[in-house]
Amino acid sequence: MYLKHALRAATALTFVATAAAHAQSITIATVNNGDMIRMQGYTDKFTEATGIDVEWVTLEENVLRQRVTTDITTKGGQFDIMTIGMYETPIWGANGWLVPLDGLSEDYDVGDILPAMAGGLSHEGTLYAAPFYGESSMIMYRTDLMEQAGLEMPDAPTWQFIREAAAAMTDRDNDINGICLRGKAGWGEGGAFITVTGNSFGARWFDEDWKPQFDQPEWKEALTFFVDMMNESGPAGFATNGFNENLSLFQQGKCGMWIDATVAASFVTNPDDSTVADKVGFALAPNSEGVDKRANWLWAWALAIPAGTQQEDAAKQFIEWATSKDYIELVAENEGWANVPPGARTSLYENPNYKEVPFANMTLESILMADPQNCCAQPTPYTGIQFVAIPEFAGIATQVSQEFSAVYAGQQSVDEALAKAQAFTTEEMEAAGY
Amino acid sequence: MATQHSRSVARLMMAPAVVLLLGWMLVPLTMTLYFSFKKYLPLRGGDLGWVGFDNYVRFVSSSSFWPAVQATLMIVGGVLVITVILGILLAMLLDQPMWGQGVVRILVIAPFFVMPTVSALVWKNMFMDPVNGLLAHLWRFFGAEPISWLSEASMTSIIMIVSWQWLPFATLILLTAIQSLDSEQLEAAEMDGAPVLKRFYHIVLPHLSRAITIVILIQTIFLLSIFAEIFVTTGGAFGTRTLTYLIFQRVLESQNVGLGSAGGVYAIILANIVAIFLMRIVGKNLDA
Repeated sequence: MYLKHALRAATALTFVATAAAHAQSITIATVNNGDMIRMQGYTDKFTEATGIDVEWVTLEENVLRQRVTTDITTKGGQFDIMTIGMYETPIWGANGWLVPLDGLSEDYDVGDILPAMAGGLSHEGTLYAAPFYGESSMIMYRTDLMEQAGLEMPDAPTWQFIREAAAAMTDRDNDINGICLRGKAGWGEGGAFITVTGNSFGARWFDEDWKPQFDQPEWKEALTFFVDMMNESGPAGFATNGFNENLSLFQQGKCGMWIDATVAASFVTNPDDSTVADKVGFALAPNSEGVDKRANWLWAWALAIPAGTQQEDAAKQFIEWATSKDYIELVAENEGWANVPPGARTSLYENPNYKEVPFANMTLESILMADPQNCCAQPTPYTGIQFVAIPEFAGIATQVSQEFSAVYAGQQSVDEALAKAQAFTTEEMEAAGY
Repeated sequence: MATQHSRSVARLMMAPAVVLLLGWMLVPLTMTLYFSFKKYLPLRGGDLGWVGFDNYVRFVSSSSFWPAVQATLMIVGGVLVITVILGILLAMLLDQPMWGQGVVRILVIAPFFVMPTVSALVWKNMFMDPVNGLLAHLWRFFGAEPISWLSEASMTSIIMIVSWQWLPFATLILLTAIQSLDSEQLEAAEMDGAPVLKRFYHIVLPHLSRAITIVILIQTIFLLSIFAEIFVTTGGAFGTRTLTYLIFQRVLESQNVGLGSAGGVYAIILANIVAIFLMRIVGKNLDA
């Protein structure tokens, strides 16, 4: 009797296993940002059209970076598509770890990808990742609070104005903080923000001989300004706040201003998620008086195929689908133009429907203003604005941002943090052979 | 009496298990040792040759090393003190006859079954968040300024989270020990007029010493490798980077496998020193 049952179960299992072996399936590692989560909701349509199943591994930004980097360096083969950014793509492309995205269909129209995005996702002219969305950073602010404070936001404000406005908008009794900014340790979190803040004060990571510059006055000025402003007008515990924490605070109406990724604009103006959806204005990221570089970055979350995957064709099909004009229209049809993935395609910004979206123009202007070849007021040997495109950067910047976060938390002084950052970066760069 | 033949058969039958166990431990250990003598940078082309003891020297001479050792010892020490003291108190409390004893005991033990990552997330987002957390609301209710636990009191916060997880374990072991205490001895002491504290110091505590040693031994070995709680809450910032976390950062964030492996070898040596040291204490205790 038992034998009979066991045999039946074994037969059933064999059938299931055989069926699974026949269905094509791809595994995608992605970041837990809103646009990516939205895409997962539409994946069924891709599966219906192609018969390819999609499995998602959705991770927080810092964790995603570690997982995909480990997978690619060890040739782990866990993923058929990886969500990576402008930092990883050129380095990995140069190492031959990614499948070049040539031979994409004519309908896909590679030429339509914004040149800044295509440039940042290529190595020696070959595209290695397709941008799902692109972003710069800008100021999002509460128009009602600004009015109450008796101030008017200029299109291109300075840090000095921002600090003054933040102080005027702060209302601790009602839990309103004048300004919310990233302080969370991690090179892509608080590290990215303090780097662009540094740029806007005339600082840079390295001089032309790759010598770290944390001992220069510009860094001290930038970091001191940032810490003082956040202590005056920032939320409690900002040292642990990253993109998602600030998004949530802004949506709850607890921030007067927030300077962060342009993609956040669609989330803060979406009445389903945001309590302040109809009171948000936009402006360019600030600069310090006398410095012509602004605190805006350039980034794309893009989809790439690791070399050696067994599912290269299926993966390419998925990338074409997810980053196509059709996908943008699909989202627009279902959720409105404000919610389409922005910043990747020129045609989107020429679309009359999209031009009516309140943040479209400011997003494009911020993206076009960002120049990865010339991040800083002084010359640099590196490309990248909120990062330095060398393999050692992620490790170094994570530790540097940890030292800075300790300043935000009041555990050490600006001078101590800068001295540690200088010593550590010098040590690592020497070890890396610079 | 075993014959030559039966001994051979026994060896043959045990061989797969022995090979598996050896492989299980030896392969990772050998690889760690191998990489620790190499300059191995996956993002810079992989294996860049032998470097002798360079990685070992660099790991201990790095400015992050001593703070990491200090952080590790603080967490281990802090958690041990809290769990042992509270564990004894809770165990004594749970030993009292009370209504709903079974349910209370299950509730006390429950945190041990929550995964470290989950408990860290719950503590971080639901309790310790300075804006939306339960503790912040409590502080505000009493008119106080909420504390940014994870950044201002990062070490205390992590010790709190880990202690919450390990307290049930300590309580359980100590409760079993208390239950084995002869009640007649206590009654006799009480009849002789010994006050509560004296009864505790002279009868209960000596009886618990063996259980306390076991709690310290097992917890120390686990706490030395604490990771998930730090990863989820502070990401190693605010002085909470332990030795394990530093190794993780060297290997995964800096992508320096050689340097991280050297750190791994140090960690193995450290854990073994602690283990041998504690084993000797336990051995003495058990003999006594």
